[in-house]
Amino acid sequence: MARKHAILDGFASRFSGVASSSGGRIALREVPFSAQLDFRANPADGRVVDSVHKALGFVLPTDPNTAATAGGRSALWLGPDEWLIVGGEGEESLLTRVLHTALGETFGSVVDVSANRTVIEVSGSAARDVLAHGCPVDLHPRDFGTGRCAQTLLAKAQVIIHQVNDAPTFHLFVRTSFAWYLAEWLLDAMTEYCAEEPIGVSVPLGGQESPSPLRG
Amino acid sequence: MLLIPCPWCGQRDEIEFRYGGAAHVEYPADPETVDDATWARYLFVRPNPKGPLAERWCHSQGCRRWFNIVRDTVTHQIMRSYRMEEAP
Amino acid sequence: MTRLASGGRIDRSRPLRFTFDALPHTGFAGDTLASALLANGVRVVSQSVTYGRLRGIFSAGVEEPNALVQVGGGTGSEPMLRATQVELYDGLVAESLNARGRLSPEPDVARYDKLFAHCDVLVVGGGSTGLAAALAAGKAGARVILADEQAEVGGTFLGGRDLIDGRPATDWLAEVATDLAALPEVRVLSRATAVGYYDQNCVLIAQRRTAHLGPAAPAAMARQRLWQVRAKQVVLATGAHERPMVFAENDRPGIMLAGAVRTYVNRYGVVPGHRAVIFTNNDSAYACAIDLDDAGLDVPAVVDVRPNPAGGWPDRVRERGIEVLAGQVVSDTAGGNRGLESVWAGQRIDCDLLCVSGGFNPAVHLFIQSQGRLRYDEILACFVPDEAPQAVAVAGAANGTFGLRDCIQEGLAAGAAAASAVGFGDGHPAGAPQVETVAEHPIVPFWLVPDESGATQFVDLERDVTVADVRRAVGAGMQSVEHVKRYTTIGTGSDQGKTAGINSAAIVGALLGQPVAAIGTTTFRPPYVPVSFALFAGRTRGQLFDPARVTPIHPWHVAHGAVFENVGQWKRPWYFPHDGETMEQAVLRECRAVREGVAAMDVSTLGKIDIQGTDALRFLNRIYTNAYDTLAVGHCRYGLMCKADGMVFDDGVVMHVGPDRYLATTTSGGAAAVLDWMEEWLQTEWPDFRVRLTSVSDQWATVAVAGPRSREVLRALAPAMAADAVSFPFMAIREGMVAGIPARVCRISFSGELAFEINVASWYGLRLWEAVMAAGEPFGITPYGTEAMHVLRAEKGYAIIGQDTDGTVTPQDLGMSWVVSKKKDFIGRRSHRRADTARPDRMHLVGLLPVEPEDLLPEGAQLILEPRQEPPVAIVGHVTSSYRSAALGRTFALALVKGGRDRMASQVYAPLPDRLHPATVTEPIFYDKEGLVRDG
Ligand SMILES: [Zn+2]
Repeated sequence: MARKHAILDGFASRFSGVASSSGGRIALREVPFSAQLDFRANPADGRVVDSVHKALGFVLPTDPNTAATAGGRSALWLGPDEWLIVGGEGEESLLTRVLHTALGETFGSVVDVSANRTVIEVSGSAARDVLAHGCPVDLHPRDFGTGRCAQTLLAKAQVIIHQVNDAPTFHLFVRTSFAWYLAEWLLDAMTEYCAEEPIGVSVPLGGQESPSPLRG
Repeated sequence: MLLIPCPWCGQRDEIEFRYGGAAHVEYPADPETVDDATWARYLFVRPNPKGPLAERWCHSQGCRRWFNIVRDTVTHQIMRSYRMEEAP
Repeated sequence: MTRLASGGRIDRSRPLRFTFDALPHTGFAGDTLASALLANGVRVVSQSVTYGRLRGIFSAGVEEPNALVQVGGGTGSEPMLRATQVELYDGLVAESLNARGRLSPEPDVARYDKLFAHCDVLVVGGGSTGLAAALAAGKAGARVILADEQAEVGGTFLGGRDLIDGRPATDWLAEVATDLAALPEVRVLSRATAVGYYDQNCVLIAQRRTAHLGPAAPAAMARQRLWQVRAKQVVLATGAHERPMVFAENDRPGIMLAGAVRTYVNRYGVVPGHRAVIFTNNDSAYACAIDLDDAGLDVPAVVDVRPNPAGGWPDRVRERGIEVLAGQVVSDTAGGNRGLESVWAGQRIDCDLLCVSGGFNPAVHLFIQSQGRLRYDEILACFVPDEAPQAVAVAGAANGTFGLRDCIQEGLAAGAAAASAVGFGDGHPAGAPQVETVAEHPIVPFWLVPDESGATQFVDLERDVTVADVRRAVGAGMQSVEHVKRYTTIGTGSDQGKTAGINSAAIVGALLGQPVAAIGTTTFRPPYVPVSFALFAGRTRGQLFDPARVTPIHPWHVAHGAVFENVGQWKRPWYFPHDGETMEQAVLRECRAVREGVAAMDVSTLGKIDIQGTDALRFLNRIYTNAYDTLAVGHCRYGLMCKADGMVFDDGVVMHVGPDRYLATTTSGGAAAVLDWMEEWLQTEWPDFRVRLTSVSDQWATVAVAGPRSREVLRALAPAMAADAVSFPFMAIREGMVAGIPARVCRISFSGELAFEINVASWYGLRLWEAVMAAGEPFGITPYGTEAMHVLRAEKGYAIIGQDTDGTVTPQDLGMSWVVSKKKDFIGRRSHRRADTARPDRMHLVGLLPVEPEDLLPEGAQLILEPRQEPPVAIVGHVTSSYRSAALGRTFALALVKGGRDRMASQVYAPLPDRLHPATVTEPIFYDKEGLVRDG
């Protein structure tokens, strides 16, 4: 079998440099080749939901913009009858079988979209701030936390944002043709967080903009 | 920069949506049997009120669902947002 | 020197050097350029834009009409800044501008940033009201953003001498700032001006972040940041702007707003003169007289238009021995090249400083942008906020509430109410501090000192507009203040008439015999202050201006010297030049390779939509103009779709890949629009259809291998796949291993030659391409780009949607009736019977052969029928595609021509600047009309 090529291969060293240049406030890497299935089914059909639950360990989420995770696999809500089922590399055939079995003769669809999007992982204490430079959705912990997902825009690229832990760590699912653009945009948006000299007068989010509002 | 309530995803910025024009424009049940004037009305004539207007939007960067809102064309206040299958 | 020995909020231990118009000066940390200039005795800072009159600093803030400067040299040079808002730094270089800015010819290398922010309560304005509001909302637990335009919060009362709880107000200010800093969900933005208020409480805030640091600004730090705030509730605590009164010769350096003079004295420790007269119609300027008296200036008189000003403030001033000239006005001034020397107020009074106050205008600019309405308050003599459709409250001076005690109370109440409205707290704020107040004598509205002498009376200082200009406008029939604005240019300067607008309305009212309330204000539109284009652009410039979409094969194209073409957002190889080759030579070579040997192209950019479900066939038959009933699994078919008006919208190939399952391709630029279009019909008109659509555009990488020897290349790559013409016929699909990669191969041709398109998962795309190039090497395989592809398809007469069509073209116009079903209904079908759509003289797609075989007609060239016509010349069409053909050995073109199919073999002419270029109309197909070569 031929070797797969990660679309952001050429960004690897620039990505890995972020952790140290940001003083540990941000880490950035590509997580390529995850299995991704676009799954359409009727969420009111208990038999389908049970079947997926038995096979994968999670209940398909019906609350908009939420995700369910079990055993390293997740289901991200994409629409009222649509989910993105995410698994490990090479699991697309297995997941396709599981989902087809769950559907049985009922109306729905299973489409392998594993190579349609790659995943950029952004994590660290400044991750939320970096995303706020281009994302119109409120990612504040009061509104968005671990287990939440949203389909939205990051700069001019459509993305699915999935918060996977409280670090916080975000998985950005981006179409491969937009991945270079988004990678360049992220690196640019991180400039202030990765400056060689720490920029003391700016703590952009979650605190004061300047040490004292009196002497900004 | 409207803030548009998607009936599924909640309040989202206008940049996530595609505009679909006036809502509740009936597609003729059998286009082949209507006269030219009726067909032209379907194609080209749309309401343009000063005030509330029902219109169609698609959450194209989000859940990809088409839905309707009622928006005041003067104040841009959005009075209602409802799913396709809901009554106007 | 006019700097006081002590006092103010400047740091006398940190002197800063700067130059103004090349002369060196020194100021202190904490100064603005304006306060430093005044401290250095610089009274003249500009000449007026039309009359060249000398002008001085007039205000201490955003409303400044005179002191416009250019700051910085070289690439960091910024024009049209207000000296009253420029913070001093060591080494600052400033020049006067005389109201006309100058852009730097160098590109701006600074970084500009944008940040989306969300909050429960946005408070605009960090004066006493705004601080109180932010504190009340923050303590209730709400997420709060407080945006203040200055370097330090405090607003106007940094320039006052009020007491709170018996201590200087600045002590209270420091405590509030500390309290706010301790609240984790409160964010205080300094140097942040709210510039636009849009729908659903979207507020844009422009923040200046490094300009005050001068050369010490960190390069990595964005110079400015645009905050796009979405707030559940907004509290506008934007304060008020003092307005002058209008009188003869009222523009001399040394004539200033009284509140501004207080600010210079109390905040910056600067006295902008030696002998000061006050001219007022209200109590506020009496505090100015006291401040100046305390600072040691001579204050010979307060000229008050009110007949008998009495009570706390006038009494305090009289107690100091300062004369109050009641019922008097300043009707004229005299001066020289250093500005004011005396005023006339029924008597000549020598003075070099005249402090004017005509009352205060609430800063309602943002409130109006939010679609709020104003009403005129007769007692306060100003326009104040009335109804508002959005979730906004106005508090403090912006609401017509003047006086520190009332402002703090109203701010606390507004902040608590806003927080409570979104679920934080009970709406009752903590108690307000004690503030000493003095009962005020009411203002008497006064706008214009009558003048019969014909002396010049300025209404708008920045635009140099006088009362005579307003009189002329009204005399010419202008009655609306909007018309007077445009006739006279009042309010059209970069200050947007902040000190001129209401005065002009009052003067128009006086001329028309109407009260100012009936005249109203002009509409305030964003931005509230000038904003640089660079800030709006943010990081959306250069390579981040728009997404550059690339295929997985892109690195190979770059490594092999491709020249790229922008196709929508895609970067596609245009052609692959060899050393020393021109584009024309390269394209001809690539075309020859396709026609005579074998060539490969990256066609991964095509949109792809997975269509499945038991009604998929029914759905396709409605969407596309042609029918799919006879398309068997394992085969594909060209498809065309129209909008309901019958005009061609997009095209592609529909592959039947399994039972009830299809894969449709779209044009590279049309993928998103086609998917939304399909979903719209499915979700709104045919919700009962059992069909599901999924975008898979980026799932697949696709390589087209084209040319008579392409079959040999495929055989080398996929030995197990029967590739002969019988086993693998035209428009068939085969699945199998290609170069060890699971692939779907389609026998499709967009060039007319034998060709195969190989689809693999995108992560194998680069691998596949390399394998194709290796397998093709023995056959001389040639990579080709979009230009050769365009030439080859045009030789076959295949239209490109969006190039040969423009939304007004039907399939019949393209000569493609063969792809329009006569038997079934589809979107747009009814429109093809409309009288206009069925006209015989519509624009038809035809071929053109220029009479001179080397003549390459430019795309877009208009076409006419007769070489010699009297104007108006009738245009009969235009060229849509035009190329040089290797196969034909000459140039050729496609064109849309009126009634074109009835003009075969006739001549048309392209009138180009040099001469008429004749061409012959032909069928739109130039190569292999019989379709003999596509089987190889
Ligand atoms: Zn949605």
